Amino acid sequence: MSLLELRDVTRTVIPPDQPALTILNGVDLTVEPGDRISIVGRSGSGKSTLLNLLGLLDMPTSGLLTFDDRPVASYSGAARDRVRGAQIGFVFQQFNLLPGRTALENVAMPLLYAEGRSFWRRKKLAAEMLEEVGLGNRMESMPDRLSGGEQQRVAIARSLVRGPRLILADEPTGALDLDTGSSVMQLIDDVATRTGAALVTITHDPAIAARARDHFRLDRGVLTRAESAELAAASEAVS
Amino acid sequence: MKRAFTSLVGAVIEAWQELRVHRTRVLLSLIGVAVAVCSLTTVVALGGIVQQANEELSERQSGRPASLFVSAYSTGGTAIDSATMDATWAETLARYDISYGSRVMQTAQAVPFTTGVVDVQTQAVDQPYGEMHRVRLTEGEWFTADDAAGLAPALVVNQIFWERLGSPELRTHPTVELGAQGGRPGTTAVIVGVYPVASYETDPAMFMLADQLSAMTAARPSAAVQDPYGGGGGGSTQYEMWVPPAISDQLMEVVRRDFTSALANPGGGTGDVQVDVYRQDYAQYGDDPFLVTKLVVGGIAVLVLLLGALGLVNIALVTVKQRVREIGIRRSFGATAGRVFFSVMMESVVATIAAGAAGVVASVLLVQNPWTMNLIGQGLVSDFPPFPAEAALIGLVAATAVGALAGLLPALVAVRVKVIDAIRY
Repeated sequence: MSLLELRDVTRTVIPPDQPALTILNGVDLTVEPGDRISIVGRSGSGKSTLLNLLGLLDMPTSGLLTFDDRPVASYSGAARDRVRGAQIGFVFQQFNLLPGRTALENVAMPLLYAEGRSFWRRKKLAAEMLEEVGLGNRMESMPDRLSGGEQQRVAIARSLVRGPRLILADEPTGALDLDTGSSVMQLIDDVATRTGAALVTITHDPAIAARARDHFRLDRGVLTRAESAELAAASEAVS
Repeated sequence: MKRAFTSLVGAVIEAWQELRVHRTRVLLSLIGVAVAVCSLTTVVALGGIVQQANEELSERQSGRPASLFVSAYSTGGTAIDSATMDATWAETLARYDISYGSRVMQTAQAVPFTTGVVDVQTQAVDQPYGEMHRVRLTEGEWFTADDAAGLAPALVVNQIFWERLGSPELRTHPTVELGAQGGRPGTTAVIVGVYPVASYETDPAMFMLADQLSAMTAARPSAAVQDPYGGGGGGSTQYEMWVPPAISDQLMEVVRRDFTSALANPGGGTGDVQVDVYRQDYAQYGDDPFLVTKLVVGGIAVLVLLLGALGLVNIALVTVKQRVREIGIRRSFGATAGRVFFSVMMESVVATIAAGAAGVVASVLLVQNPWTMNLIGQGLVSDFPPFPAEAALIGLVAATAVGALAGLLPALVAVRVKVIDAIRY
């Protein structure tokens, strides 16, 4: 049983007074529990659109998108939002922590949309998650008082606090230096391994992409499998 | 059900966090709402108080609802005897068990002040007049039954009269000589009460009891009643009764009938008698005489509130546009469109209710202070109403409605946010 599957997915947009523009064309992708997938591509290749589809934030123009083998089109808007909140965790390039809230409040934020014990025990769960990413001593710090690496750790804790089965990392090291980026990726890998979550990393950095087991390249809306050796060479060339 | 409850609690927590984080912005935007609600509540409350003041002033001049006035004259040219008229009046009051009835005579009495002798406008009335016309006293008290039996006429004078005498203590029973002129002695009268004057009044005036005026006139013809409206006999005296409005129409008929019957063939002549019984109080036409005032006041209040609401909508819209990224982040972590809508609405409503409460409190402080009361009442309103509860209620309901309306537009904008675009914004 696949966690997420795209079959011949196309996404087309119609800009005002212009002909239809195909952003994604015939994309096939299967994400199984525990997978490590990287998707590389240049700016404008359709990475954001693909991220929208993987995160159930958008619907394909044609083709089939399933989550837990159920067509996403059959979910209502609110049901899709609830599945996303419970099953998918996002890590963004710019961290996107909520300003004016402490690290603890930021990590607890997704639990405001949970139900039952998770909702009522959100502060305790958030504190445990911050301990897990090594920020037990920065719980009451505001985002602007944290370093870039610490902010990304808070963002990682926030994305994992509801125990998602799929982690979508959008350029997770784009705003970090090499060493910090490397340690952050290691952290995401470790947590994903421990929780058994699938990790899909979208990046233009071959070195980051090389950490995954399955590699894909997105070029002008077409997704193709890339060889590890090809990525390794690209990574070496970059470094 | 569980989901709905956690959603509600979650939305309140989100709204509270939002208000806490953006407290400066929230405070600034809410000052406008608080001022608008304060203005609305104040205008409504002042409207009520001004209405009360107008009612009291009207009642002071033309009686409380329903005040019936009786006049009679002979169409045959024969004057109606005052004593007959007075006797008929007394019989009518007794027959219908009317406690509040008074004769009113307008006269002027010469009073010597230190600056010279002044003809003081005088109303000669019966004892119930004070209650019938809400005469409020600042010193002493209104006439009592004992005053009518006193040898010296009792006077209730206005503030100007009293001050011209040097504001003497009433417990010393200050007196004036009515009609004293050129060394000729007058009638000694005792001042028993002082009533306030409106700020526009400048002349001394006074009340005295009608029976005492009659006795004084009998003893000293020069003190005869000067009727400003002319006519003779009973025509110089007005007869006024205060009766329940519900039976006033019925009473008008029977009083007219009784007077016509009692005064037939006045003076033994053959002429007919024309008797008129009519109302002069402000409520005589049944319509609300303050409707125009209320409409004007209400219109101003609504305009003030609309201006406040527009300001709030403006700020709320700008704020939501600034919060697009945050809304996108929340959506990506599972916030449904409904939840985002509700949270944004909740922020607006919670905040405006708080601002509304502050506005109402400010309004109460503004309206219920002596300076405002004095300004409105001109010192003439005795029964200042308490702060109208409906004004406070209108203020709070208006604040909630403004919050909901002002939150609606930003909430609709918030749910239309495209998540990933918002995050990358």
